[in-house]
Amino acid sequence: MLSFVIRRLGTMALTMLCLTMIVFFLINLEPNLKKLAISQTEMHTSAEQLETWLVNHGYRQNFFVRYGQWLGVLPKQPVTDPATGKPAQRFSFCNDPLVPTFAGVFEGDFGCSTKFKATVASKLFPALGATGILMFWVLAVMVPISLLIGILAGMREGSRTDRVLSVASIASTATPEYVSGVIFTVIFASWLGLLNGSAASASQGITFYNFTLPVMTLAIYGIGYIARMTRASMVEVMTQQYIRTARLKGLSFGSVVVKHALRNALIAPFTVIMLQFPWLLTGVVIVEVMFRYQGFGYTLVEAAGNNDIDLLLGCSLVSVFIVLITQLISDVGYAFLNPRIRVQ
Amino acid sequence: MPVQYISGFTVVLEVLSRFWPVWIALVIVMGASFAYKKKLALYGQLFDSGVGIVGVGICLFWLFTAIFAATISPFNPLAQVPIMKDVLPGAIEPQSGLTYLFGGDKLARDVFSRMVYGSQIVLIIAPAATGFALMVGITLGLPAGYYGGKIDTVLSFLANLVLAFPVILLFYLLVTPGIMDTPIPYGMAGVFFLFPIIFFSVLFWTRYKNRPDRLYILLGITLILGGWIYAGLVFDADPLKIVHIDPNQLNIFVAVVFASSPGVFRIVRGLVMDIKTRDYVAAAQTRGESPWYIMLWEILPNARGPLIVDACLRIGYTTILLGTLGYFGLGLAPESPDWGTAIKDASRLLRSFIHPALPPTIALMSFVLGLNLLADSLREQSMKD
Repeated sequence: MLSFVIRRLGTMALTMLCLTMIVFFLINLEPNLKKLAISQTEMHTSAEQLETWLVNHGYRQNFFVRYGQWLGVLPKQPVTDPATGKPAQRFSFCNDPLVPTFAGVFEGDFGCSTKFKATVASKLFPALGATGILMFWVLAVMVPISLLIGILAGMREGSRTDRVLSVASIASTATPEYVSGVIFTVIFASWLGLLNGSAASASQGITFYNFTLPVMTLAIYGIGYIARMTRASMVEVMTQQYIRTARLKGLSFGSVVVKHALRNALIAPFTVIMLQFPWLLTGVVIVEVMFRYQGFGYTLVEAAGNNDIDLLLGCSLVSVFIVLITQLISDVGYAFLNPRIRVQ
Repeated sequence: MPVQYISGFTVVLEVLSRFWPVWIALVIVMGASFAYKKKLALYGQLFDSGVGIVGVGICLFWLFTAIFAATISPFNPLAQVPIMKDVLPGAIEPQSGLTYLFGGDKLARDVFSRMVYGSQIVLIIAPAATGFALMVGITLGLPAGYYGGKIDTVLSFLANLVLAFPVILLFYLLVTPGIMDTPIPYGMAGVFFLFPIIFFSVLFWTRYKNRPDRLYILLGITLILGGWIYAGLVFDADPLKIVHIDPNQLNIFVAVVFASSPGVFRIVRGLVMDIKTRDYVAAAQTRGESPWYIMLWEILPNARGPLIVDACLRIGYTTILLGTLGYFGLGLAPESPDWGTAIKDASRLLRSFIHPALPPTIALMSFVLGLNLLADSLREQSMKD
């Protein structure tokens, strides 16, 4: 088991290295650097001035050198001020050091956001915290509801309850966040006026009034999927021999479901719920933009829209890490919950 | 002059009557399918369940809407009539006397016509991208599952690499105006569009290599047709100027294929690993058939059930992805009538006007719902066998 986890962690590290390198390559493409230079300098700058800006801020160093610097395996060089010839800070708002230092991801330094004029860490971690709160409420709503729907539907396969709940879950998987968000806003904010169509005020304080719509919107897309997986797993368990034995012993249907079927039926949905995180990540971006909630997704869109290199790299690192760690947890947890599985 | 309105009931009637070519086509196709369902194998069995009929019906509805878009929509989806800005549903356009059935949007365009034309974009890109993703996934998944070992390790690592990317980040990196100045989208298109040609060439080669008369005809057709479309799509150099794709559409297309082919790869790989232990595969191996013959002519036909179901779900998922792209304003032109862009434009103004938001959302939802119902019913029918 331990060697399995270690091997998985090794693959994970390699994957993250490859992915960040790809992201690094893509955001450092020539048109993207041009865009960054244009947005960072005054209006109507000539091509030479843009080029000077890029050289002065160290964007013209060798690709691998810069990637190494970002990682923290190569020292970050201070730029040379062309006027005085002395070393100068790359970005004064980040307090870059004046001597060559190892300041990369390995040292815990995520770099400098050009859009927000602050360090990436000061921008990224509060945003992650805000998204964490959103995620917590989404999971708190999504998991119980979807498990309940799945179990009710899978308890008696082919019954009327099963049909109705199955079609409802299919409908919910057909409703992406930007569709359900619009529909919920129209119903609850525009017509009924019960809820707030914007979660911008949720950064100050979360209330039922401003936070229900984003949570609902995010949860609805996942509910259908998890419910269908739970249903499939429940249907399979209900056909097992031990369920029949329990019924023949004279136990009531409800008692069989709760005591015998449920535990075994919930193994598969656990995996699905863990693997749902990457999907939630995309949903988070849509919902946070739609409801103007200042979290991780909002930061990612701002970073991508302004080609904020370090911030976008930080965002990708975090999201790739979340995807991979949830995959690992789901595999390990599956082996842990199901004693029949032995990992080598 | 104030804008005149027609009543809500008349709006409903007129919407229904505008779809007349769709209703006629639906009645013909559904009627024919129903009459001959015994002879139509899996497709015919769909008509045995209510869910299947609804699924087929919704999908065909949008298919015919896309085909007859020019007849159905009363206005040009890009035309702006200033007096009709933000008008409510049922407003009569004074000059032509036609009605803005679902009202006008903030740029005074007809919401109904835009919804109808939006179906064209979705119904061209989503199935085509899914088709290419299937080709890529199958061509790579077959050897990975069949041979295992090093090939499998490398290909699976690459697939997991792409799958570990959050889709939205991938799109922000791959679908930007800047990237079209670089050769990356064209290079990726060049690689992806090669797969169907390779797939069909190997398919015919393994089957007919001892029958040159058949082989040369089929290979010739594949290479000429494939090469023609390839030249048109990748290099925009179709000599007949029929096959053509805008650079930004190519960009979207490539990104969507890139995002969804690893999923197909994983499914194909899993299926192959399961099927290759069957007796008929062992029999083919004993006969001395080549590995690619076994993969393409013994294993693949037996994996078709789950693959068809997955393809249906995947078209729906691709539709959602296209909507996401439109919602973030990536790739598609800002005035494009596709549903995602329309939802983006309308959702910013929900506080003042809700009518431009509802038609595209309901259209997108119903189309994906139809595909999901279709997939669900296909899965149930194929499990019965």
